[in-house]
Amino acid sequence: MKKTADAVIIGGGVNGVSIAYNLAKRGLTNICVLERNFLASGATGRCGAGVRAQWGTEMNLRMSMASVRMFENMNEELDYDDDIEFNQGGYLLLAYTEAGWEQFKKNVALQKAHGLQVELLTPAEAKEVVPHLNTEQLLGATYCPTDGHCNPFKVTDAYAKAARRLGVEIYTNTTVTGIERDGDRIQGVHTDRGYVSTPVVVNAAGGWSQDVAAMVGLEIPTHSERHQILITEPVEPMQRPMVMSFHHNLYCQQTPHGSFIMGLGDPTEKPGYNMEASWQFLEEMAEKITWLLPPLRHIRVVRQWAGLYNMTPDRTPILGPVEEVPGFYLACGFSGHGFMIAPMVGVLLAQSILGQKTEIPIEPMSLGRFARGELFREPSVV
Amino acid sequence: MGPDEKTIICRCEDLTLKRLRELIASGYTTVDEIKRISRAGMGPCQGRTCRALIEREIAAMTGVPIREQKPAKYRQPSRPVTFAAILGGEPREEDC
Repeated sequence: MKKTADAVIIGGGVNGVSIAYNLAKRGLTNICVLERNFLASGATGRCGAGVRAQWGTEMNLRMSMASVRMFENMNEELDYDDDIEFNQGGYLLLAYTEAGWEQFKKNVALQKAHGLQVELLTPAEAKEVVPHLNTEQLLGATYCPTDGHCNPFKVTDAYAKAARRLGVEIYTNTTVTGIERDGDRIQGVHTDRGYVSTPVVVNAAGGWSQDVAAMVGLEIPTHSERHQILITEPVEPMQRPMVMSFHHNLYCQQTPHGSFIMGLGDPTEKPGYNMEASWQFLEEMAEKITWLLPPLRHIRVVRQWAGLYNMTPDRTPILGPVEEVPGFYLACGFSGHGFMIAPMVGVLLAQSILGQKTEIPIEPMSLGRFARGELFREPSVV
Repeated sequence: MGPDEKTIICRCEDLTLKRLRELIASGYTTVDEIKRISRAGMGPCQGRTCRALIEREIAAMTGVPIREQKPAKYRQPSRPVTFAAILGGEPREEDC
């Protein structure tokens, strides 16, 4: 293991390896990634694999639009020997309440102003996009054809391989046990395999971000929360876009492989680290999905699992340096959409660490926004 | 085509012995990692055939005996089941 590094990234999820790759690409190659388990073993590898730009705040919208463009060219950009399986089948978002529909109109106006190809649809038009959709009670929908699906394991693998080729060391099965400081400034990282001296630490620890922050005496307003998900057997292609309802708190997409992947948010879920799947989820999902998409009734469920959303009070990530602890950077609190914006997170964090001007201003996404009361209030999260 | 290319390790997702050996050689040395990168064990049988074969191949190539390998997670349901069956009533033959 390295004795000294110019930066240490804690967390081998998609954001950790994206940050590592982007730092190395910009010349900072004496760096390493520390992962307690294996790459993508946390939230990245457990996520719903959706990629969308249909967001309700300017910041999430800009982050995700830029990331979609990067997914489109990622196999080439990272010279990947496999395929990240990016498939742009669109996202169909459903509105069932007047308030929800009004919010969609505002979102679409904002999205169009930023150049996103997106439409408001009547229930009949929504049924043209997804013919087996039950449009009972539906008020309207929005549809963006460039949203889609991408394979989180492959994206992580692609970034990790590209980073390694540039000289980045990735240590899996390596647990961080403490962070050394001199005064407030970062000095190094203790692990169960030794000590690395470094002036820069990036907290990309996903569901455990609050625990890593506590290692430098920092309390951050993130908490983790179990979200459950299941996948079916593969069947013939029958549903191109992701179907998502904030009212039902669910999403469902047929992957390029043919299986349907679907998840539910549970408003009663307590903060914690539980990652076990439950039969209650299976029953609730079965009820909701067979009402919304009736032909799925006779498709078999093959597997369920769960992962952690790392939530912030305004459901927007916390990115960038921490004023109180020089050398300590945050890339956490992704609130369930860390995978789809990881390409841009990597660019912004690398630029910020290297003292370069960031492509999108990241100060508004800093930890300081909570003390200043400058929250985002993203309306569109399952 | 060599025998390795014709030997199927995961029958649900068509992982060949040749590809498995390439993956182990390139650093994917646990069932969990091989499952995620190749889909082996993610099909309808949930690894009932391939899991033991993959563990054995990892042991042969890395020297880590099966008893020292961290077992991959078993996930429910134990058999594929339709939403119709989950919603109740006696499952029909074709639902299981």
